Amino acid sequence: MQVNGEYKPTIVAFCCNWCSYAGADLSGTNRLTYPDNVKIIRIPCSCRLNPMFILRAFQRGADGVILCGCHPGDCHYTTGNYYARRRMTLLFSMLDFLGIERERTRVEWVSAAEGAKFAATMNEFTAQVAKLGENKRLEDLRCKK
Amino acid sequence: MQEVMKKALELLQNGTVSRILGWKTGDFFYDLTPAVFESAEEVEKDFVFSPFCGANLSKYLIKESRKEGKIAVFLKPCDSYSFVQLLKEHRIIRDNVYVVGVACDGMCDIEKMKELGVKGVTAVREDGENLVCETLYGEKTVARKDALLERCVSCKSKKVVMFDEMLGENGEENPESHRFDKVAELEAMTPDERFAFWQNELSRCIRCNACRNVCPACSCEKCVFDNANSGIANKAAVTSFEEQNFHIIRAFHVASRCTDCGECSRVCPQHIPLHLLNRKFIKDINELYGEYQAGADMDTKPPLMNFTKDDCEPSIVHERGGDK
Repeated sequence: MQVNGEYKPTIVAFCCNWCSYAGADLSGTNRLTYPDNVKIIRIPCSCRLNPMFILRAFQRGADGVILCGCHPGDCHYTTGNYYARRRMTLLFSMLDFLGIERERTRVEWVSAAEGAKFAATMNEFTAQVAKLGENKRLEDLRCKK
Repeated sequence: MQEVMKKALELLQNGTVSRILGWKTGDFFYDLTPAVFESAEEVEKDFVFSPFCGANLSKYLIKESRKEGKIAVFLKPCDSYSFVQLLKEHRIIRDNVYVVGVACDGMCDIEKMKELGVKGVTAVREDGENLVCETLYGEKTVARKDALLERCVSCKSKKVVMFDEMLGENGEENPESHRFDKVAELEAMTPDERFAFWQNELSRCIRCNACRNVCPACSCEKCVFDNANSGIANKAAVTSFEEQNFHIIRAFHVASRCTDCGECSRVCPQHIPLHLLNRKFIKDINELYGEYQAGADMDTKPPLMNFTKDDCEPSIVHERGGDK
């Protein structure tokens, strides 16, 4: 997305309700800054993330997608993030196999107490995606305005 | 090959089963269709077992095993893996099925025969290692190994995993199949080359859904791609990511349950090497979570329905080799 002549990547962050979403909240109450082009979507658990959500986000104009969940072992539902970890590993590997830049996707474990980590991760990830530039390979022109 | 038909007749006549699931000739002799036979007359008339019986019959048992009476099915080694995987998922009622294992020397592909210059074929018979083809232009001989289906070239196993009765001798697994060679070759390319390769392949997709419909692992009652309101049920422009999306998700939904039977590539009317996507998942699973063969046994858990506490992190994809 171009804002005042400057390129700003659109980042979609899927955050689990119990840890990462609260972590994002904490980074806000602590007045830490992270880019406003990070769009947070709250999901019940990191394993709720259907791989299609990621591909759809890319098609509809996201330049990077990040999944945040509880640290392995701390899942509210005990084991959800273990499954998510395997799935995302395979999905990212598949995207890589199809020639999609691997820097556009990431999984990060952020607990409810890690507001600072959340802000730092988002800053870093946004900078990383900004370097890659606009996502051309995954977009679907039918979905763009 | 006659003994398969004899067995079908015998099972029907001695009352072991009331129906037979086998193959019958379609429009052409090489175009065989799975079919259910209910009487000895039907079997005598239409039943075929030839080097073109590539079709995997196990998926039909989901519906057929729920009907009244017992059904006999002929399973080649690779089909038996799909059968066991479906049993494991409680999709087939085992008591209603009588499995006859059939030894397999690899099935043939008419397209490959055409490429070898054998055209206008009217009939094919086996002669040891060779196929003798009667064509409009006289008789021609082709070595069987040159005409094999892509999946049979790198056959992973000649072992029928589960059977009630075996026709011919049961074979062994083949660890030297080299079935991941092509995947490794693609992995060694640069991302740009890979993107170009897959855009070229997948943009040919006409979204006929044949790969989904034939897949024994793909047996949901309601499929995510059947949603007419989603706007994703049809063909998209070449430059959009829609077809890639479909094929990634299709392969992902069967990942770790896919037995690598290769039906997806066999039925693809556009000849897209779809099995490579499935094999990529299998290769990754083998490398990251330990060797696993879906459908090889009844008690192991598929890797995506399982986990260990010290699994690798998804960032391993970024760290592992390959060109940036």
